[in-house]
Parts: sequence; structure tokens; C-alpha cells
Amino acid sequence: MLIVLLVGVSLTTPRFFTLNNLMNVARQVSINAIIASGMTFVIITAGIDLSVGSLVAVTACMAMVIIDRTGWNFWGVAAGILAGGLGGAVNGAVVAFARIPPFIATLAGLTVYRGLALILTGGVPIVKFEGSFRFLGHGDIGGFPFPIILMVAVMITMHIVLTRTAFGAYVYAVGGNEESSRLSGIKVAWIKFWVYVLCGFLTGIAGMVLMGRLSSAQPAVGEGFELDAIAAVVLGGTSLMGGRGSVWNTLMGALVIGVINNGMNLMGVHTHYQLVAKGIIIVLAVLLDSYLKKRR
Amino acid sequence: MCRGVLGLYHISKAFPGVQALSDVSFEICPGEVHALIGENGAGKSTLLKILSGAHQADSGTISISDQKVLIDGPRTARQLGIAIIYQELNLVPWLSVAHNLFLGRERKIGRGILSLRKLHEMAREALGRINVTIDPSVPVAHLGLAEQQMVEIARALSEEAQFLLMDEPTASLTEREIDILFEKIEGLKKAGVGIAYISHRLEEIPRVADRVTVLRDGAVVFGGRLSEVTLPELIAKMVGRAITDHYPKRTPSKGAEILCVEPPPGNKRSRPLRAHAGEVVGIAGLVGAGRTEWAWRLIGASPGEEEKIHLFGKPVSIPSPSKARELGLGMVPENRKDHGLILSRSVRDNITVTVFDRLSNWAGFIDRLGQSQISREFVDRLRIRCPGDSVGVNTLSGGNQQKIVLAKWLARKCQVILLDEPTRGIDVGAKFEMYTLINELSHQGKAVIFISSDLPELLSMADRIYVMHQGDFVAELDAKQTSQEEVLHYSSGYFERTNS
Repeated sequence: MLIVLLVGVSLTTPRFFTLNNLMNVARQVSINAIIASGMTFVIITAGIDLSVGSLVAVTACMAMVIIDRTGWNFWGVAAGILAGGLGGAVNGAVVAFARIPPFIATLAGLTVYRGLALILTGGVPIVKFEGSFRFLGHGDIGGFPFPIILMVAVMITMHIVLTRTAFGAYVYAVGGNEESSRLSGIKVAWIKFWVYVLCGFLTGIAGMVLMGRLSSAQPAVGEGFELDAIAAVVLGGTSLMGGRGSVWNTLMGALVIGVINNGMNLMGVHTHYQLVAKGIIIVLAVLLDSYLKKRR
Repeated sequence: MCRGVLGLYHISKAFPGVQALSDVSFEICPGEVHALIGENGAGKSTLLKILSGAHQADSGTISISDQKVLIDGPRTARQLGIAIIYQELNLVPWLSVAHNLFLGRERKIGRGILSLRKLHEMAREALGRINVTIDPSVPVAHLGLAEQQMVEIARALSEEAQFLLMDEPTASLTEREIDILFEKIEGLKKAGVGIAYISHRLEEIPRVADRVTVLRDGAVVFGGRLSEVTLPELIAKMVGRAITDHYPKRTPSKGAEILCVEPPPGNKRSRPLRAHAGEVVGIAGLVGAGRTEWAWRLIGASPGEEEKIHLFGKPVSIPSPSKARELGLGMVPENRKDHGLILSRSVRDNITVTVFDRLSNWAGFIDRLGQSQISREFVDRLRIRCPGDSVGVNTLSGGNQQKIVLAKWLARKCQVILLDEPTRGIDVGAKFEMYTLINELSHQGKAVIFISSDLPELLSMADRIYVMHQGDFVAELDAKQTSQEEVLHYSSGYFERTNS
């Protein structure tokens, strides 16, 4: 599917297949891909995390406030990532132990975290054009942009966690059949809890990249990120019913969204129309995918 | 034999692998209750489903007042005046009684916007016909089970039903509610409604029924008036099947006591359950006696009154299945698809799901070699037929799936294994293999607790049998000396009626 899309876009817009532009796509995709890899775990357990967009803002604001006040770049970033993990832990506790349905629990998280981001910054964006934190968004290692390297590292790690560890096996088991898993002696609640912590933690990492790229922290940043992440997971063929899915597929899904965005930008489609077109393309893509799966 | 009779004649019906009904004839006369009894799987429900249009018979005829009719679907059955009331009631919980009564038939009230006044009026009228006073504006969810049943009956009658089929109507009712139900049934009889009545509670049959038909293995073994037969005779006819030797032999070797479950202190009726090493302990009882609930409570899967549990002589508490697993208790649940397997995963993952923790190192990585060794060991040992252990369990047959659920507890090396109806829905060959496995397990010194509704199976496989009635172990019997009649005597609750 990605290939069809790539061919289509590169035929209509010759500028697409330049190294510069491809790097651009990868860089734009990186933040969504990192969040979506955590979202993959959540969705495999038949859950959902709607709070990641707001949580991104909390992590970025948290880090920036610390960097701005103290100048300690490292501690700022560490605190930002930690805040993500903590936000995820709260989601996880509400879902796993208070047994609130994930949709509702994280919908609450969505507004609470947005509020926290506003409280942290007093509602005003913090802009800072200096500091080593900018490396996270703009730096490169051997010519490769840091966000892309980070994305690849995160994806590989998460892929290994999902396919090679006991935790990954439990995630699939709980999503495949929660009751069977429980009767098999798996501590289902704890698995669910850690899945949300992981998702929040990765959201924190994504938040740091975003902060680096924007050289600022805005309390309104990250709106709609949850939908992009969920779209990437679903485009990757992961069922919202749980039990199936892979990080690799999610990466493909994220790339599809990235290519759609980039292609429309290059073609000069107005952003208003882009939103409409993106939604339609996502539905068509999933439809095509399920059609192909049935034929197989 | 009576006017306006609904009759089924020489009905046969086969499902893949089973002859559910063979040459069965059954008549329902207006104004009479005809009870249909038999063991689980005897074909009672299949017969009702043919009458209600849910299944079609392979051969045979159905007629109403000697007019041949064809029931090709639930709609036709309703048009012919046949209504069925299933054990699980078919009401929409958060709609009002009145709405439920006329669900799908709102046109009767009027077109366009529904007049609530008229709806309630007609609902009261429908309820009045069976002398029930329920406020028609109340949501069904607020009613007790018995009242909900009354709503179903009222609905059936308001559809002009002449014949009412009731599948275990008393299964979830209290004694008092049962009395009310029987009173209403008496009223229906007087109004000329013909009723077919299935129940596992044999003791209530003489109270409610006029005639009785006994099914065994899909065939009628007795049909006649209740005045002509006694309850013990009926029980004998139900179980009549001789125990054949399709059960593998085993030489029992009873070892030390492994498990002892004592009833809660206040409960004087129930006996403690003990299981020894190398022993197969059977649990008999009717459907709904509480055997599955007991097993789930034991492994901490559902909360409930505290039984005192001793394992290897030491008192333990089991608040969760993961604790049960730690202590060496494993359960093969009744419903393998919903509770036993993870259908989306492979054979290998399903067998090793209980040992992921033992297979992983400090960093959480699973030892894949070890995992496939364990998986292949059990595929071989249990003769699980599959193209490879990486295929999805959903592709396997029921018998092989059941072996996988058992394998996951063997992989964990559990000392106590609970089997809840392990042979239900699997074919004869797979059953024999399951029996052989059970014998092997007891030979290895494990304690096997075997819940089954198949009495011949239980009598052949178990060393001792506990009989459960309404959640209590009311009898402990030596499997070699007891009989199906005796087990049924206790499981039907009949013994308390005769004693008091």
C-alpha cells in the first residue's frame, strides 16, 4: 500500500523523490511514529490512549520550564520524559485498577493534561533559541537528523520488546483474550498498567523532540496527535479489538500518513482541503487493506 | 388423541458427528403440560428448537390438528401460534415493560408517534390476561427474574400463541417465584394453552406436568401420563444406558492428601472436598448446581464466600488465579474458546502462556529455544494434531484445542488439575484420548478434579464422586459402588424431599 502511494506521489510531484524531501518526510513522521509505537502496545491490549496529544504538551512544557528557569538542559529533558511516564502511569492506574474503560479514562486525561500544560506555563508559550536541548530536534549524527535516528532506535527497541520478551507475549495474550489470560495466572491488571506507562513514556520522548524542533514549548501544542497516532496504528492493520498488530506495521502506517501530508504539501493543496482529503484517504486505505486480507 | 394437537412425528435430526434426534414423536395437547426430560445432550433442546423454527428436521412431519405444517423459521412458528421462552430471557433491559411487550409490533398500537397512553393500556390488558399486575412503564431491568418471565409469557400470549415451549423456566428462580410460575401455568392450562416443559429439576415435574416424555441419546425411551410412573422409575429410564467399555482402565493408587476444601463455617449442609495424589475426584450435579462457580472460586477467579483451603496440609488463601498458579493449581475451564484459549495466538504461545515468566531471563527476554522445546514436548506427548506448533489454535479441532488448554497446565507442572466438562463438544476419539490423559496424570501422582455432567463418564473415570446441589456438596460417593440412580437422587435434590 505504501508502495502504491509512493509511486503515485512521486509520479505527480517530481520533487518528492529527492533525498532532501525524503529526509523531510522522515523527520516529520518521527514524532508521530514514536508516539504510535507506544499506542500500538495499548491498542493490542484492546485499549486506547486519547491523552497523548495533551501529554506531549505537558512533557514539553515541563522540560522547558525547568530549562528556562535553571538552564539545566539534561535535567529538563529527563523531567519531561519522566512526566510522560507519570502521566501514563495515572492513565494506567485508572484503567487497570479502577477499571474505568480506557476511552473514558484517557478522554479525562486529555483535558486534565491540557489543563496542566496551561498551568505549568501560565498559558504563555516559552520560546528559547539557545540550549543543547535543540539538538533533539535539529541535531544530526553523521549527517542523519537526530529525530530520525531516535525514531529508528525506538521502533527497533519496541519491536524487540513486543516480539521477544515475556512482557510482549503478555501484551498479546491480554489483548487476545483477557479472561483466558487471567485464568492462566497472568496479572492482567499490571500488564495493562505498564502498557499505559510505556505509551506515556514514549510520548515524553516525542515531546522532547517536538520541543527541540520548535525551540519552544507551547501549551496548545500536540492537539490532534492522538488521532494521528491511532490512525498510524490502524493503517498498519492493527485491530482495535486487540490481540494483533506489530510495531513494524505501525511504522508503515505512520509513513503513509507522512507521505500523504508531504505529497499534498508539495502539490500545493490548501491545508483546509488537506484535512478532508487525509480523512478520506485513511478510510479508503483501511477499506483496501481489509479487502485484501479477506481475499488472501 | 386430542383436539387441536400440535404433533411432531418421526422426527430425525443430525448434526455433524452426532445424531441429535432419531425417530422422535411428541405431542402437545391444548390445556396440558407435557414435560420433556432427559440427561444433558439427550436432544430436548434440539426438539424445542425444531418446533420454534430455529432448526429444521432432517425427516419427519409436524402437524397442528392433523394439518401438516412446515416450520421453516422463527417467524413461521410465531404465525402458527408457537412461542418459545428460553432460559435466557429475550427482553431489552432498559426499555419499559410495555415497550418490550410490543417490540416490533408497534403498528398494533397505531401509526406514527407512539401513544404511550394506548401502549400502557394495551400492555395492562396483556398482563391482565395472566393476572399479573406489573406497572407497564417500569424498565424491565428493575423487575425480578420471575416477573420478567411473566412479561415474556404475556408477550407470547398477546401474539395469540396457542402453544408455549418453556426451556428450563425455573433454572434461575427462587422457590417462591417457582410457586408463582406454576400458578400461572395452571391458569394457562385452563385457558387452553398447550405447554411443552423442559426441566432438569425432576422433583418439580409431578407438580406441573400431566404427561412426560423421556429422551435418551436422541430417542424416546418413555412416553406416558405422570400418574402411570414414579420419579425413581423416570430416573432409571433417563440414565438406562449401560456403561460400555470405552473408558480406559486404570489401577488407582491413592497417595497423600493434597487438597482439602472446607465449606464456610456456617454451612452445615456441605461436606469438605478432599483430593489425594493419584486420585481422580469427580464432581456431579445438574446444570446450574454451582460446580463451575465453585471451581472459579477455588482458583480465585471469582469472589465469593470463603472456603477454607488446605494444600499439602497447610492452610492457604487463593485470592487470584495467578496465586493459584503459583501454588500449583490449574483449571481447564468449561468454555475453552472464551476462557481457555487465546484464539489469535499460536499453538506454541498457548501452551507456554503459563510459563512465560519461567522462560524469560532477567531482562525479560524469552528463551525461544526452551519455549519451542516445551511446546513440541506437549504436542508429542498429548498427540495434538496440528501442522506445526506455530499455527493459530483457531484452526484446530475442538479435541485438539482442549488438549492445548490441558497442556498449558502440564507445562506449569501443576499438582492439582481442575477439569470442567473437559469432554463436552469433542468427538468420541478425542474423548478417549482425554480419558487416557487423565489416567496418566493421576498415575504421575497429580490430583485430578473432574467436573462432568456425563454420568457414565464420571462413574467410570472417577474414584470418588461428590454430588453438588445448589452450591453444596451434599453427598460423597464411592464411584465403584454407587449408581447413576443414586447420583441423580442426590443431584436432583429429591433426597431432601423424601427425608422430610
